[in-house]
Amino acid sequence: MKRVYVNEEWCLGCHLCEYNCAFANSGEIDMSKALKGKPVFPRVKIDGDEHINFAVSCRHCDDPICVKSCISGALSVNNGVIQIDHNKCVKCLTCILVCPYGAVSEGEHGIVQKCELCVENSCGEPACVKGCPNRAIVYEER
Amino acid sequence: MSVEFVNPEFEVIRNDNRCIACRVCERQCANEVHLFDPDRGIILSDESKCVNCQRCVSLCPTRALKIVKNECRLRENANWSDSTIKEIYKQANSGGVLLSSMGNPNPLPVYWDKILINASQVTNPSIDPLREPMETKVFLGKKPDKITRNEDGSLNCELLTQLELSMPVMFSAMSYGSISYNAHASLARASKELGIFYNTGEGGLHEDFYCYGENTIVQVASGRFGVYEDYLEAGAAVEIKMGQGAKPGIGGHLPGAKIVGDVSRTRMIPEGSDAISPAPHHDIYSIEDLRQLVFSLKEATEYKKPIIVKVAAVHNIAAIASGIARSGADIIAIDGFRGGTGAAPTRIRDNVGIPIELALASVDQRLRDEGIRNNVSLVVGGSIRSASDVVKAIALGADACYIATAAVLALGCHLCRTCQTGKCNWGIATQRPELVKRLNPDMGAERLVNLMTAWQHEIKELMGGMGINSIESLRGNRLMLRGIGLTEKELEILGISHAGE
Amino acid sequence: MKQYVIIGNGIAAAGCIEGIRSVDADSQIIVVSEEKHPVYCRPLISYYLEGKTDLERMKYRSNDCYEKMNCDVIYGRKAVKLDKDEKSVVLDDGTSIPYNAVCVAAGSSPFVPPFAGIDTVKKKFSFMTIDDTLALESAINKKSKVLIIGAGLIGLNCAEGLKDRVADITVCDLADRVLSSILDNECAKLMQDRIEENGISFMLSDSVERFDGNTAYMKSGKTVSFDVLVLAVGVRANTALVKDAEGSVNRGIIVNTKMQTSIKNVYAAGDCTEGHDITFGQKRVIAILPNAYMQGKCAGINMAGGKAVFDNAIPMNSIGFFGLHAMTAGTYYGEAEGGEMYEEKSKGTLKRMFTRNGLLTGYIMIGKTERAGIYTSLIREQTKLDTINFDLLKQVPTFSAFSSEERKKKFGGAL
Repeated sequence: MKRVYVNEEWCLGCHLCEYNCAFANSGEIDMSKALKGKPVFPRVKIDGDEHINFAVSCRHCDDPICVKSCISGALSVNNGVIQIDHNKCVKCLTCILVCPYGAVSEGEHGIVQKCELCVENSCGEPACVKGCPNRAIVYEER
Repeated sequence: MSVEFVNPEFEVIRNDNRCIACRVCERQCANEVHLFDPDRGIILSDESKCVNCQRCVSLCPTRALKIVKNECRLRENANWSDSTIKEIYKQANSGGVLLSSMGNPNPLPVYWDKILINASQVTNPSIDPLREPMETKVFLGKKPDKITRNEDGSLNCELLTQLELSMPVMFSAMSYGSISYNAHASLARASKELGIFYNTGEGGLHEDFYCYGENTIVQVASGRFGVYEDYLEAGAAVEIKMGQGAKPGIGGHLPGAKIVGDVSRTRMIPEGSDAISPAPHHDIYSIEDLRQLVFSLKEATEYKKPIIVKVAAVHNIAAIASGIARSGADIIAIDGFRGGTGAAPTRIRDNVGIPIELALASVDQRLRDEGIRNNVSLVVGGSIRSASDVVKAIALGADACYIATAAVLALGCHLCRTCQTGKCNWGIATQRPELVKRLNPDMGAERLVNLMTAWQHEIKELMGGMGINSIESLRGNRLMLRGIGLTEKELEILGISHAGE
Repeated sequence: MKQYVIIGNGIAAAGCIEGIRSVDADSQIIVVSEEKHPVYCRPLISYYLEGKTDLERMKYRSNDCYEKMNCDVIYGRKAVKLDKDEKSVVLDDGTSIPYNAVCVAAGSSPFVPPFAGIDTVKKKFSFMTIDDTLALESAINKKSKVLIIGAGLIGLNCAEGLKDRVADITVCDLADRVLSSILDNECAKLMQDRIEENGISFMLSDSVERFDGNTAYMKSGKTVSFDVLVLAVGVRANTALVKDAEGSVNRGIIVNTKMQTSIKNVYAAGDCTEGHDITFGQKRVIAILPNAYMQGKCAGINMAGGKAVFDNAIPMNSIGFFGLHAMTAGTYYGEAEGGEMYEEKSKGTLKRMFTRNGLLTGYIMIGKTERAGIYTSLIREQTKLDTINFDLLKQVPTFSAFSSEERKKKFGGAL
């Protein structure tokens, strides 16, 4: 299955992935309209220090501990993609408690969010990958 | 502001309606033009630091930025232009030699743009490269003057050692040090994939790139940096650099600050020491001396590798080339005055040397006249910008072209011409790790391959139009060229007729 | 064709079904469900009271999950006997169901201490199941005064759930602090303050001596009058089936890392079991949902002949009250036990990392819980802290505290 991978050798820490992610999931067609003057809640986040950076997002584990731990059954695996059903989620944050990658986070209004490989928006392919200026984030089979 | 103030060259225009204060511009600008103001939640700009490299413009996700020429001009006149006056100010401030990068930017004639290419009509039909084979392969090196036969009467097919190029273009010398590791990696990988060559410049060959040796030309320059047996052995050819188009007559100077880590090891000089390439080779004062170095290098490489002698295009280039052709060298590379550089004194870059078109035409003619054209192949560089420049150069008599500026443009260079600062925001002309990583060689090599593939298609189109199906048949075929808006003298030197003739 | 029987229909059972089906697509699965509901998420009952979810959304799996998994569910029946010789399960109506392998996922039951006069209380409820919840819901109104016995997770969840639906809530507990099983004094105080700020009163270090109708007489001498009583003192693992069949039982059914009990072909999973807690170094009941699912799945796979091991159970909790969130995991060793603690405090947040013998054994994070899973996995994986930059990591949950190679392992391939 194709997943998003980051090569830290090429990640510049420019944070464009975060903005592209937030925009892709905003439902807006203009980035300025979507993100201007607001805090952004990306599902991919740049981690690192002054020397090395890497974008971290959901690994879409084959045996996902977040899904196994979800107390409301809101997290599920669909064709390999771990997705969250916001209708069922009660924001207990158990997924944040267990995700070894720190890849689940609280979004706007405390909503629990994670990378869904852009399958739920109109981006077509993961926005972080599409917008990465240095091909540090790739979407491929490994 | 004081008398020392020099009005910034550019202005940073930010569309506040679009800017989302994502700070990408701030993080990406090594010149520290952009600064986030947390109190107001906006990004500020200090345009005095801006070199117009367009990195921020290219990465701004909302297209909120543009860099424009500062319209606040000094009171110019035809003699004292804005830039001339500012140069005076800068020197009055600093007392130093002005430094610049890349090629001569002044509006001197670009003869390529005054030469037109022929096409077949009715007679000698044109050829469709999509339907018929087209040969762009060239061999560089000494060619025999006549056909010889073996004792049994069969043809002697053995040539002296040659470089085989899939198309008549190579990446010219840019040293590791002047450009980054990743830029070198991109050039090396692309050369291998394309079946052409790149050139180490005078910086030695990084150990990681010995594996690309078959597509590498190793350079020996006046400083002899990084030269040793394995280095000479590693390359497919050895180039003796006598001069460079951007700065004929002077040497090079890579400041000690850039001689760090791998650069120091590759150049084989201590970290922090200035790498000064002398203006002349101190062992070469004549063609005979040059011949000694040519043959020293041939001895060292067991006559298996062609020797290139690279010179800058200067006034008596034809006579110089004639001498080189008799020195035992296999290839002469001539670099015109528009050729780029990582750093050169501005006065030299802008005022020394001659255009490559004129140099090429006169050299080719001189070697033919003297009956020694087959002694050498001719490679020309110094701002070859397109496939049509390549075709015109071949028709003027070149065997192949060297490109560097076009190659770094493909790698992302935006020609801001401030390589000398070492803060290249595109990761090309820098050794700062956080900047070097901005050039992913996967992308770099791919873009170089794309560029060359595109040029190759265009070369075939142009050749097909002329009814020529092999690049070899185009070489020196000046009948395929006509000048436009040129004087009698220029036409005479170029050896071409005027359009309409 | 085999026949698998699962006793219980909670999360462990769901895990067990999914475990079996990942190995064996065809054999019969029979689920014995005492409750008359398809599998739902018990921890959600307080969210239900709060109006944050409803009965439909509380379903753990889709409505057709049993069909999809090709399971038969027997609702409203209780397994009363495990006949290990006959290899059958006997239900309360006398039916006997043979099995090739059985999984006991019977959960736990509320424990009600023998309070004097408890029989005189009319409206008294446990808070474990949907049925408990619906009964409680029908007994309250805007004017109700509720007394909750137990300031543990269940009691406090219930309190938050009822907050806007009743007039007054008092929570009492014998312990000197709230959430005494997972929080130390100072942390508990933070949570208690937040809950008190929201109008819930506590009577800690106190317990009911006797009830008389709608009045509780406390040991401290105080009295509390109430309309509705919720008993959330604690739970006991349902171990009887295995105990009666002479299987090993302590506070829970003893299982190994394959979820096998001491009886052949009898597995157990979920709140009724006692498994190895890697941070505690001993077996203990870890009655949390993630554990139940993972144990269930592990049991299921092994029952169906696959190979699965679940050997890194740790206690962990993610809880929030009135917007203040706390996450806890593992065991907190004090200095006397050779442990060390790292602490960070700011207004409204608190972070404590407990280390021992070069390992992270537990943590408490309150107020700021981003990326807590990175710490949890250090505990679960028993990562040696000298292989990472823990001085950095304990302050910031960042992967730059790991080596480049380690990051490559974590992020470089399918997991």
